[in-house]
Amino acid sequence: MEKSIKRYFILFTFPTLLAFTALFIVPFVMGIYLSFTEFTTVNDATWVGLSNYSKAFANQDFQNALWFTGKFTVVSMITVNILAFLLALLLTRGKRGTNLFRTALFMPNLIGGIVLGYIWQLILNGILYRYEVTLTYDAKYGFWGLVVLMSWQLIGYMMVIYIAGIQSIPKDLFEVAKIEGADRWAIVRHITIPMIMPAITICLFLTMTNSLKLFDQNLALTAGAPAKETTMLALDIYNTFYGTPGWEGVGQAKAVVFFVLVALIAMIQLSATRRREVEQ
Amino acid sequence: MQRETVRDNSIFVLFLALIAVFLSPILIVVMNSFKGKFYISDAPFKLPDSTTYVGLENYVSGLEKTNFFNAFGMSLFITVFSVAVIVWLTAMTAWYITRVKSRFSKMLYFSFVFSMIVPFQMVMFTMTKVANVLNLDNPLGIIIIYLGFGCGLSVFLYSGFVKSIPIEIEEAVMIDGGNPREMFFKVVFPILKPIAITVAILNVMWIWNDYLLPYLVIGTEYKTIPIAIQYLKGGYGSIDMGAMMAMLVLAIVPVVVFYLFCQRYIIEGVVAGAVKG
Repeated sequence: MEKSIKRYFILFTFPTLLAFTALFIVPFVMGIYLSFTEFTTVNDATWVGLSNYSKAFANQDFQNALWFTGKFTVVSMITVNILAFLLALLLTRGKRGTNLFRTALFMPNLIGGIVLGYIWQLILNGILYRYEVTLTYDAKYGFWGLVVLMSWQLIGYMMVIYIAGIQSIPKDLFEVAKIEGADRWAIVRHITIPMIMPAITICLFLTMTNSLKLFDQNLALTAGAPAKETTMLALDIYNTFYGTPGWEGVGQAKAVVFFVLVALIAMIQLSATRRREVEQ
Repeated sequence: MQRETVRDNSIFVLFLALIAVFLSPILIVVMNSFKGKFYISDAPFKLPDSTTYVGLENYVSGLEKTNFFNAFGMSLFITVFSVAVIVWLTAMTAWYITRVKSRFSKMLYFSFVFSMIVPFQMVMFTMTKVANVLNLDNPLGIIIIYLGFGCGLSVFLYSGFVKSIPIEIEEAVMIDGGNPREMFFKVVFPILKPIAITVAILNVMWIWNDYLLPYLVIGTEYKTIPIAIQYLKGGYGSIDMGAMMAMLVLAIVPVVVFYLFCQRYIIEGVVAGAVKG
């Protein structure tokens, strides 16, 4: 059968491959190459070795963005996952209204980042107005604003994944534990959490990559203000490309660093949690 | 027994209260869209009263400023056709590279999976240039860009599903004298329907809400909804809050309608996508 399918290679794969090559592979390879050059329009690239990278790492904005993004990612991974897990526990006890609740909590995840950013700008500025400050008065307001926004957006999404995990645990495990006299907390700790390790892996991974790559919400909520202090990596790279003439090469070098960082963390986390799953 | 129902009812009331609190940011935006533009930032939590209520004024000025209905049409056009193309073409590709086991197939599969972890900023500048050179910087061309940049996840999801289909079904059809093209559309594609729905929903959510890619590629000439909203912000901090509120409401309405109609598919699709991705 393989042989007869093989004759249809062009029909089945050509359109996708062409688009994939032209719009992903080529730009990706070009991007790596250009990070070692100085250019303004791609055609005028001159080789400069590693100087873009040293400029990037010496750049105050980039250092700030790295630190801010790292802090934000850690904090939002914790808030989103703890809240989502607790809500999932509450919603898997078969009470009336569970479905309605699940539907409502999932909704923010469908709204786009730009719209989310402006919704929360209104709400948070409204609250801060009473203390006579605004979101862009101090970087800490922007930071916690982004954490609140991110939690609001992702809790429902992660909760749904945790619910699916909890519902797939065999019921008799809980019954045996109850008969043995285990209390609620012991059941959660020794049955629920170990049994949903795959769901935990997925949720941590999703919150992390979403937080690291955040752009739209950042742009709409604070646009990096005050003084670029709440600029995250993706936005800093964008600003370097389009807001700093002559720094296109540095922007591309920052983008490569960003890519390596995302890829490395993704691989470390996936392999670490896979190992724990096997041990269980 | 009696006590159980009382407790159940109070939990239900608690749920309703939590839902109201959780969704209050959206309700507050709706409420403010009916208030005069100077009464919004200072007191967003106050209900409109006889001095602050302006009826549909914000909607009128917002529609004028953003050309919202054009943006809606543009978002709809790009999303519908990009998703249709992705759902159809990546299914074929995924089936082919899963069924034909060669080194080339393996390499392709690996490249698709690899593309999933690459952040957009990595290829942002160069991809915009390529799109410009290939004349893809228009609403039709952007469909091909979405195919190229979005096929990784879709091929990956389809491939996982194809592996779980017993190959005997396809072999039986082939022995009866079918050719692969007919077989794919009559036999394989219908079996792929559940995962096709997942692929479609994940791509709709991405493309409908995407801001940066369409902004960079077609943003100077054409506006999608996110571009139109961001455009309202204008220069340094000068926002017409009234128009902004009204346009936020109009941007949320289609999403809510879509969600109400396909709620079950969306939640299941997103979970399936997440678990396999």
